[in-house]
Amino acid sequence: MKRNAATWQRLLPFLSLAALFIFLSIASPNFLTPTNLSSVVRQTATINIMALGMTLVIVSGGIDLSVGAILAFAGTIGAMAIANGLPIPIGIAAGLLCGLLWGLVNGLLTTALKIPPFIVTLGTLGIVRGVTLIISGGLPVVGLPREFESLADGSFAGIPSVLFVLAVCAILTHVVLHSTKLGRYTYAIGSNKEAAVYAGISVGKYTVAVYAICGMLTGLAGMIEASRLMTGQPTAGQGYELQVIAAVVIGGGSLTGGEGSVIGTLIGAFIMGLLSNGSDLLGVNPYLRQALIGAIIVLAVAVDEARKHRFRQ
Amino acid sequence: MCYLASFACWISPVLLHLQAIEKHFGGITALASGDLQVNAGEIHALVGENGAGKSTLMKIVAGMLRRDGGEMRWKGQAADFTSPAEAHRAGISMVHQESLLAPHLTVAENIFLGREAVNGPLLDRRRMETETRRLINEHGFPIDAASLIHELSPAQKQLVEICRALHSASSLLIFDEPTSSLSGAESAAVFRIAQRLRDRGMGIIYITHRLAELRPIADRITILRDGRTVHSAPFADLSAEQIIHHMVGREVSAIHQRQPSPNAPERPTERLRVELPGIRFALHAGEIVGVAGLMGAGRTELCQTIFGITPAAQGSITVDGRPTAVNSPQDAVRAGIALITEDRQRTGLTLSMPVRANITLAHLDGVTRNGFVSRAQEQAVAERFRTRLSIRAASVEQPAGHLSGGNQQKVVIAKWLFRDAKILLFDEPARGIDVAAKAEVFALMDELARDGAAILMVSSELPELLQVADRILVMRDGAIVTELPRTATQQEIMQHAAVSS
Repeated sequence: MKRNAATWQRLLPFLSLAALFIFLSIASPNFLTPTNLSSVVRQTATINIMALGMTLVIVSGGIDLSVGAILAFAGTIGAMAIANGLPIPIGIAAGLLCGLLWGLVNGLLTTALKIPPFIVTLGTLGIVRGVTLIISGGLPVVGLPREFESLADGSFAGIPSVLFVLAVCAILTHVVLHSTKLGRYTYAIGSNKEAAVYAGISVGKYTVAVYAICGMLTGLAGMIEASRLMTGQPTAGQGYELQVIAAVVIGGGSLTGGEGSVIGTLIGAFIMGLLSNGSDLLGVNPYLRQALIGAIIVLAVAVDEARKHRFRQ
Repeated sequence: MCYLASFACWISPVLLHLQAIEKHFGGITALASGDLQVNAGEIHALVGENGAGKSTLMKIVAGMLRRDGGEMRWKGQAADFTSPAEAHRAGISMVHQESLLAPHLTVAENIFLGREAVNGPLLDRRRMETETRRLINEHGFPIDAASLIHELSPAQKQLVEICRALHSASSLLIFDEPTSSLSGAESAAVFRIAQRLRDRGMGIIYITHRLAELRPIADRITILRDGRTVHSAPFADLSAEQIIHHMVGREVSAIHQRQPSPNAPERPTERLRVELPGIRFALHAGEIVGVAGLMGAGRTELCQTIFGITPAAQGSITVDGRPTAVNSPQDAVRAGIALITEDRQRTGLTLSMPVRANITLAHLDGVTRNGFVSRAQEQAVAERFRTRLSIRAASVEQPAGHLSGGNQQKVVIAKWLFRDAKILLFDEPARGIDVAAKAEVFALMDELARDGAAILMVSSELPELLQVADRILVMRDGAIVTELPRTATQQEIMQHAAVSS
């Protein structure tokens, strides 16, 4: 009986998503339309892809506050490459590489200098944002070719193409997390770092890899964001870290490490997406919306803590 | 009726009376029917296998858990402590098995935690430190009042726990296996304290696995099995065999005495040679070498150096005849060295992960094909070790944290056997595990040695060392002071281990 209660609580994110979906379908005639649904997908794709990388980081017991800044850096540099005449795929690859490099920096700083990731990424958040503004002179990168728009706005068989990009990233992340050494070690490091060290795992190497992957996925998100805005915005992504971390936590990720899943994170990200879309449709004050998202994060963690506390003894 | 009861309290020294105490966690019954009666001025041993419910019963007495059923009377009155603070006020204190100390505060600050000495609105640091020093000196503990807790060894932390409980206990003091991390001299000190407090009229409850040590001082014994009190009697009325029989509910063969292998080669192969300042020894295939010494003699540090946790600044480690640089656990593991640590919950296991994942953690390559971890192979491996080491778990998918101490230890050993480690360092392998599991672990070590493993075994329990090891190295102040044969006596070992006069 009590075990059932725990299962119900574990299903809570999914049930909340379903409830939110049904509620919005009834409350707003404009919700359940192909146009609106595909715009929800497009709006959440960026957060969703970043949240996949953040899932790895959080499962490993870390955190990355610099993702919003990395998104802007990657988008700006990628856009500059394309605006200067490089082929679009090269430009996108440049964006991914930028993200990967900043991820490496985050990972190396936390492992080599043994600085807590919260502090490291709080620092790189400032550094990356500053460097982006210096490189771009604070101005958006414009003059992108029309074809670049199709990355974020294209469709295939009536389905937004970013959904396919998201699906591929999600499947890959899921496979990495569940069927590779890297994934297993990520859970092991997040659950009990010392035991991982004593098992002879090179904890440093795998931690750096986790931050690098998170950075790379953020770079991809940056290119999608640039394509959506059709500019390289050096100020893009401010406050995204909050939404990304919220998506992971709502989906069952534990900030103390060792817990989290791709499916949970996807659900978490879509809950965030529906909340924001729903408040637009229902005309909720945007300031209130922000407060609402904050409250939901606290609520999600509280429910999760209650579940674990009951289970622990 | 009411004043009859209080009159009875006047003349009888009954402090604590527990009847049919029940406690459930989720669907698991930790206590089905716990009975216990403790008198003032007695040392009461509480024994039972791991998972028998001893700690749960005591946590209920100390106000850390609420009971789900049964009756508790304290000094003749019905009692129900809802918090440790309430139990404290009633005069009950508990020395915990796991450290419940604040790591970044000093010894003195921890001892006074929650009842700080104050001078107006300010803390009276000097008084707390002086008082703590007095307490430490009175009992001759090797700790400093100003040290930070996280700088201390597990054994020293245990002594701080004891000081903390002593500082506040007034009527009943509960020890939850305090000596399991202490060496002979320290546990003798703890026993002296217990006797002194008993003579002052306090009640002492002592949870332990080390029955032999408790025999000279304990007055009564209560035995729990599977959450029920199965027997209670004066300690002197029960033989060790009878106690074990009540604990496990079946006959257990005496702990296995290791015999030298009959077909041991004339010149066994040298597996490991360690040459560090003050330390020189070799470990051969097929032998178990014991390491004895007092707390702080450097035994755990020796294991950690060989395993690359704290690489040596000077000296050399030779594995299979080749000088080997061991600068990290990865180097050690690659060289075939395994460390079964003294603190398996912290460094040996990932408690939230299933038994399967714990067993394969040090050798995932063994179940990885084309870059993918094969769940099916993993399960097969885990099942094989579950059968071979008779690990008692509902399934290999059960989280390691749900297993008893003995079974957790077997999971740690399985992890290194799957890795095919040939040099095994066991640091206190039998700590906190019950009699039956202990015998199994020792039998397993014996079997591994017969199969050609080279084993180093650190233990604070001399009878264990003498039973299991082929020869014994004695350490003192970070150096090996002598080597003794298996025929040595406990007294001989102690003479070398203690600071010579």
